[in-house]
Amino acid sequence: MLRVVTLVKYTPDPTGDVGFADDGTVDRAAVDGQLSELDEYAAEQALRLAEEAGDAEVTYLTMGPSDAVGALRKALAMGGDRGVHILDDALHGSDVIATSRVLAAALSKLDYDIVLCGMASTDAGTGVIPALLAERLGIPQLTYAQSLALKDRTVRIERETDVAVETVEAELPAVVSVTDRSGDARYPSFKGIMAAKKKPVETWSLADLEVPGDEVGLGAALSATVSATKRPPRQAGPKVVDEGEGGVALADFLAAQKFI
Amino acid sequence: MSHVLVLVDAPEGEVRKSTLELLTLARRFGRPAAVVLQAADPAAVEQLGRYGAETVYVVDDPAARDFLVAPTVDALARVAGGLLKSGDLAGVLTGSSPDAKDVAARLAVRLGSGVVTDAVNVEAGDDGRPVAVQSAFAASYVVRSRFPAGVPVIAVKPNAVTPEEAPVEPAVEQVQISFTDLGKGARITSRTPREASGRPELTDASVVVAGGRGLGGAEAFALIERVADQLGAAVGASRAAVDAGWYPHSHQIGQTGKTVSPQLYLAAGISGAIQHRAGMQTSKTVVVVNKDPDAPIFELSDFGVVGDLHAVLPQFSQEIDRRRS
Repeated sequence: MLRVVTLVKYTPDPTGDVGFADDGTVDRAAVDGQLSELDEYAAEQALRLAEEAGDAEVTYLTMGPSDAVGALRKALAMGGDRGVHILDDALHGSDVIATSRVLAAALSKLDYDIVLCGMASTDAGTGVIPALLAERLGIPQLTYAQSLALKDRTVRIERETDVAVETVEAELPAVVSVTDRSGDARYPSFKGIMAAKKKPVETWSLADLEVPGDEVGLGAALSATVSATKRPPRQAGPKVVDEGEGGVALADFLAAQKFI
Repeated sequence: MSHVLVLVDAPEGEVRKSTLELLTLARRFGRPAAVVLQAADPAAVEQLGRYGAETVYVVDDPAARDFLVAPTVDALARVAGGLLKSGDLAGVLTGSSPDAKDVAARLAVRLGSGVVTDAVNVEAGDDGRPVAVQSAFAASYVVRSRFPAGVPVIAVKPNAVTPEEAPVEPAVEQVQISFTDLGKGARITSRTPREASGRPELTDASVVVAGGRGLGGAEAFALIERVADQLGAAVGASRAAVDAGWYPHSHQIGQTGKTVSPQLYLAAGISGAIQHRAGMQTSKTVVVVNKDPDAPIFELSDFGVVGDLHAVLPQFSQEIDRRRS
């Protein structure tokens, strides 16, 4: 059986007015949350792998406050079998180092052949969690896949860097992150949404993972926010309507700024 | 002062401007030392020295090129470990490409340190330790972070600072390492270099000219390219233009494409969806040509022209020629 674990994150709606709380963490209460759009691509690839394999199990894993279960329900509505929600007040304010430690502990408790992730979250957007999981689990990282194929126990991806297009291969188990070019995510059907409500979702605490609470969270962060200052909204400059001289006006402006 | 390791980005042997920026930032809180993961080209060593690298560590092993990310982590961890033993490591700076960020994060785990990615600046704090500056939520916030413990590892975006020379004669040290099995887990089985456009690399470029849906078709990118060449700029594209097949994905600017922060960003026919703004909002000067006066991109513009880019850009282009002749 192919065991696929897909990481999903519940993130503030990026079109909302997202900001920071007094303790320097993202203010998750201020804006409605949703399954991070970029994680939908990971869910899609998980479901495609499962459909190809036939004998497969798809588990979604998330970490976050109580409403983060929404990310699991949305993904389960697309398909898949079960969800695991790591929920513990001590996790509040965890940095990527602690987050990856907790997620790796949960993955070690789950059985997996392949761990699928989106390319980045839509809030913090560091994009380094897949690499950190590979580091902590001691398995290969295949990151930023534009396409992904599994043959026997070999996973092969195509990715694009600044300078080249690369094909990368590894033996399972492996961590794979996929981009928004890997294939459009399916829409949950009504039947899927109804079925998702009955799919099992377990809640795990830090104690379940044997991770001490004082080694994660805001107090243990190895990078600490000193200040988060709202930038004054950019003052829009002059706007001229082109009446035949728009290109000249643009050249005048750029010449005054010494760009020409 | 202790050493600050700088991971050198030098595709095809040529040191990128972003690496010179890292060397400049490193001098704010330590003495820069460069780590090169290929044969040390004398010209490259000379250039690294000119920007202040006192030592150039050379790890010339094909594994670093044949396997993804992990061997680079092995190499940096090895050099960092050596300096740490003598208490001589103040931090590590890498670039902010996806792979460089992965390297930074994995290295931080090995060093028991924290990591900050996508920094737009690095300052020296009151205690002499670095403070990383980031731009968050489509640049609506400036966030400063310090590192309470461990060796700060910071992945810095291009154009954080203007490179400043501080010439030294660098010592070159060859480092032999045996890579872990884990390091050789993800094998790069083929690599097709992108065709050189002759234009600056998008993420490094100090001027970017970008086109979007308003271009109306692939052929209109010729207008964008012409202006780009006149300004010595890189060419960017919005996701809409890339999805329509008008320009290659490698030029996409935005949340799922490249992030740029040039001195000048010219957006033509781009409405400015939040996903696009996430990729260009830290640009220093923004100018816009768009026929929709209500396009959100105008909120960011230092100068905007409401008009048809098919008329405005050719006139702009002629005007540049006229002023230069």
